[in-house]
Amino acid sequence: MKLQVPQGMTRRHFMSHMAGASALTLPALSMGHTLQTHAQDLKKRRKSAILLWMSGGPSTMDIWDLKPGAPTGGPFKPISTSGDAQISEHMPLMAKQMHNMAIIRSMSTREADHGRGRYYMHTGYVPNPNIEHPSYGAVLSHELIDQRAELEIPPFVTVGGGSIGPGFLGMAWAPFTVNSNGQVRNLEMGLDDDRLYQRMAALDLIEKGFISQKRGLAAENHQKILKKTLNLMTSEQMEAFKVNKEPPEALERYGNNNFGKGCLMARRLVEQGVPFIEVDNGGWDNHGNIHATLADTKLPQIDQAMSALVGDLEERGLLEDTAIIWMGEFSRTPRINGNAGRDHWARSWSVVVGGGGMNGGIAVGATNDDGTRVDTEPYTSQDVMASICKALGISLQTTFTSNSGRPMKIANSGKVIKELFS
Amino acid sequence: MSMTQQEVFRIHWFARVLAIMAMISCLSIPAGVWSQETSPDVDTGVGIPEVLRINEEIRKVWVDYELSPSARATDGEWCRRVYLDLIGRVPSVQELNEFLTSSDEGKRKKLVNTLLYDEEFTELYANNWTTLWTNVLIGRSGGSEQNSLTNRAGLQKYLRDSLARNKPYDKMAYELVTATGSNTPGMEDFNGAVNFLSMKVNAENATQATAETSKVFLGLQVQCTQCHNHPFNEWKQQKFWEMNAFFRQTRSLRRFTPGTRDVSGAELVNENFAGEGLSPDPEEADIYYELRNGLTRVAYPVFVDGTEIPKSGYLQDVVRRTELGDLIRESEYLPKMAVNRLWAHFLGYGFTKPIDDMGPHNPPTHPELLEYMAKQLEAKSFNLKDVITWIVLSEPYALSSRTNSTNVTVDDPLLGETPKFSRFYLRQMRAEELYESLLVATQAHKTRGSYEEQEKTKAQWLDQFVTAFGNDDGGEATTFNGTIPQALMMFNGDLVKKATSTAEGSFLYTIAHSKLKNPQKINYLFRAALSRNPTKAEVTVANKLLLVRKGDTAAALQDIWWAVLNSNEFIINH
Repeated sequence: MKLQVPQGMTRRHFMSHMAGASALTLPALSMGHTLQTHAQDLKKRRKSAILLWMSGGPSTMDIWDLKPGAPTGGPFKPISTSGDAQISEHMPLMAKQMHNMAIIRSMSTREADHGRGRYYMHTGYVPNPNIEHPSYGAVLSHELIDQRAELEIPPFVTVGGGSIGPGFLGMAWAPFTVNSNGQVRNLEMGLDDDRLYQRMAALDLIEKGFISQKRGLAAENHQKILKKTLNLMTSEQMEAFKVNKEPPEALERYGNNNFGKGCLMARRLVEQGVPFIEVDNGGWDNHGNIHATLADTKLPQIDQAMSALVGDLEERGLLEDTAIIWMGEFSRTPRINGNAGRDHWARSWSVVVGGGGMNGGIAVGATNDDGTRVDTEPYTSQDVMASICKALGISLQTTFTSNSGRPMKIANSGKVIKELFS
Repeated sequence: MSMTQQEVFRIHWFARVLAIMAMISCLSIPAGVWSQETSPDVDTGVGIPEVLRINEEIRKVWVDYELSPSARATDGEWCRRVYLDLIGRVPSVQELNEFLTSSDEGKRKKLVNTLLYDEEFTELYANNWTTLWTNVLIGRSGGSEQNSLTNRAGLQKYLRDSLARNKPYDKMAYELVTATGSNTPGMEDFNGAVNFLSMKVNAENATQATAETSKVFLGLQVQCTQCHNHPFNEWKQQKFWEMNAFFRQTRSLRRFTPGTRDVSGAELVNENFAGEGLSPDPEEADIYYELRNGLTRVAYPVFVDGTEIPKSGYLQDVVRRTELGDLIRESEYLPKMAVNRLWAHFLGYGFTKPIDDMGPHNPPTHPELLEYMAKQLEAKSFNLKDVITWIVLSEPYALSSRTNSTNVTVDDPLLGETPKFSRFYLRQMRAEELYESLLVATQAHKTRGSYEEQEKTKAQWLDQFVTAFGNDDGGEATTFNGTIPQALMMFNGDLVKKATSTAEGSFLYTIAHSKLKNPQKINYLFRAALSRNPTKAEVTVANKLLLVRKGDTAAALQDIWWAVLNSNEFIINH
């Protein structure tokens, strides 16, 4: 076995060289440079999606589907927007972007428990003890990865955590979680390349020995992750996470807070070729004092960051190929409770989508006068996902096979929401 | 006069060097005992009827599926498992050597007894199971929420004390469900057990207390029936709210340090409950819930098995939580859930998936065995250490994780098959196990300060992996799940940097400068991390590393040690 790295090699070259070394076959280290000629071509039509995840269940009738005057309506007033639909007065910046976005006002789902709702809205399936379904991020990055052979960093990134895992697609499609500063911990080994190479060779030998004993998938999965990790440690694409390198104006535009920076990072990652980014925004579980919380903190924050993201993507010509989804696990009761809050509610609520060629400026469907019921055709998590697939050019005939051999259609056979495409 | 930090450090350092020297001196063991031997006593059932019955029931399913079990695990593999699963860390080289060199036929039983009942291990056992139970009761992030009403240290104090004294499990469950008092050590009327519920009773009319109590102790998942009847669950919405009514006399109150406005902790109290009706009648304190069609229904406290208690909301008539504690203690679900939890802890999968969803809609894979073990647990006065002994000495626990041609697919739960326990399923160490194992493998555990100090340092390290969702159900996720952040931590993180340090006085420094010959040094590292000797190929690589490091033995050992610690074989309990 050879333990010496040839003189004068750069780190990148060395890593690709490693891939060919017979002592340790780490195929994922190969750089795919041969494919680079196609890169420009692919870049043009590569699609991405950004999920703005409102953890806790945002009260959509205080944001996107107001009921002024109804006993359930709350104190907020509607304002007109650049699209057809009105939204909350506390979303003035988004009001100028609504020509790009569509509000689906007829969401009706059945899961009003956080864990179950989170799972259902992320996967299109209700939890089932016998199978772990992959989340949106895993499915979409799995489908879109072929468009970006040059991608060295993980295709599914969550900013601030909180997604659902890759389920039966396997750990290779697990979300890579970073905080909103884009700091990835423990990235530097601080060793010269020779030594890193030698260590990896020794490690590879032990890994393979264990795998050869046929003890199960976990042993192999461990090795796969090691390869990905090594890729990451040496990739220049990691720059995309460094959101603090943006000019101060950009940070100011998005809002210098976790969610603002997360949205800004999402744009940087889309530019780098990451197909799916989820940005987490918590604090929507407003069982008490809801309207003050929304007016003073929650709504100004998302208004600024979300409007900046939509506007920025549009200015850079990226909106056409980037689908944006704004949603939480469910919404909140029309009835205002004794603590001036709203509780969990899944029966009638809104999700907002835009970009990716979907129609903007519209409201799809409607709820009744006090927001307690959907009056038009109800839509589900599956339907939202099916629509996003269509926007991203992913066939709804795509079928996965779960570990148990059960075929599963993408988006759980959801139906495309017609009004978004016409 | 108190010692300066530097003095403390110096003493610790000195103690540590002594400890490592002592440990290395007992390295000289005959090579023969390191062959891949298996003790004979696994076939005898070690004279414990429960073990025989487990083996018998498990074998029945193998026959049904026409599969043969994997071969037996080696003594080294088995020993590593037992230490990890019982006390939360790998065995030290010394402990491993003792086990392997013993020719006692009953040495497996002896080791289990030692770890469970020997005074030397009482603290380690209590600490490990305190960690496990704390995560079950309040999650990994419990106590770190903003304005938390949970005091993690308070709960841990209660659990450590209970587990060290091996309190009967039904008593522990009763105490956690019925506790009143203050949640923080040092407060007046301190009772750490209140921390299970102290954060779960105030918000949303104690729905979280309802859901978690049912799930943790009875294995009944009721949270999805809170809002509507559920097609996959025999539980109806009515039952959820009847269970919920037991918690409605309970409040969690913030307490302040006298004379200040500083919050000192929380107190869990029982109060009279007037009911929710328009004209409240405490004699019949009712609660109301809304059906999906908008209609409203009334509910009073009724236990899952239909047992009603008086409807009064006055504490002088009935303390609802105390009644609930009694009912839980008598429930057939309590021992079943405990057995299922322990089985899953040791074998990787429970009899149901998920383990805490044991309602009739989710039948267990081995119903008779579950029933039997639950009955035996009850018969043995809820001594959890009995169940642990039965499982650890059983045949399925003694099997290798290497598959054979008959069980490679048929018995792979990752492929959606029900677990048949014909082999030991691989599972990654928990973050806490990794932490403790790194300490013991580098002999750093001998000089680590008080329990509170240890927990604080460990908690800071664990914090990097936990994301709390910040909702009312205490949902959280961990990135210590075999993905990139974990691999980066193992590659480059401070903990591993420290474990692989070659600075004067460190583990590797001491080994490098010991009188051991190089092959012995390499052997030592493999035993410390993997409980086995290196293979021929591994020795060859190690020798090459010694060669290229040109006489810097410590540096070469560092490379080997780094590789061993980063391997799948180290992090996976096998």
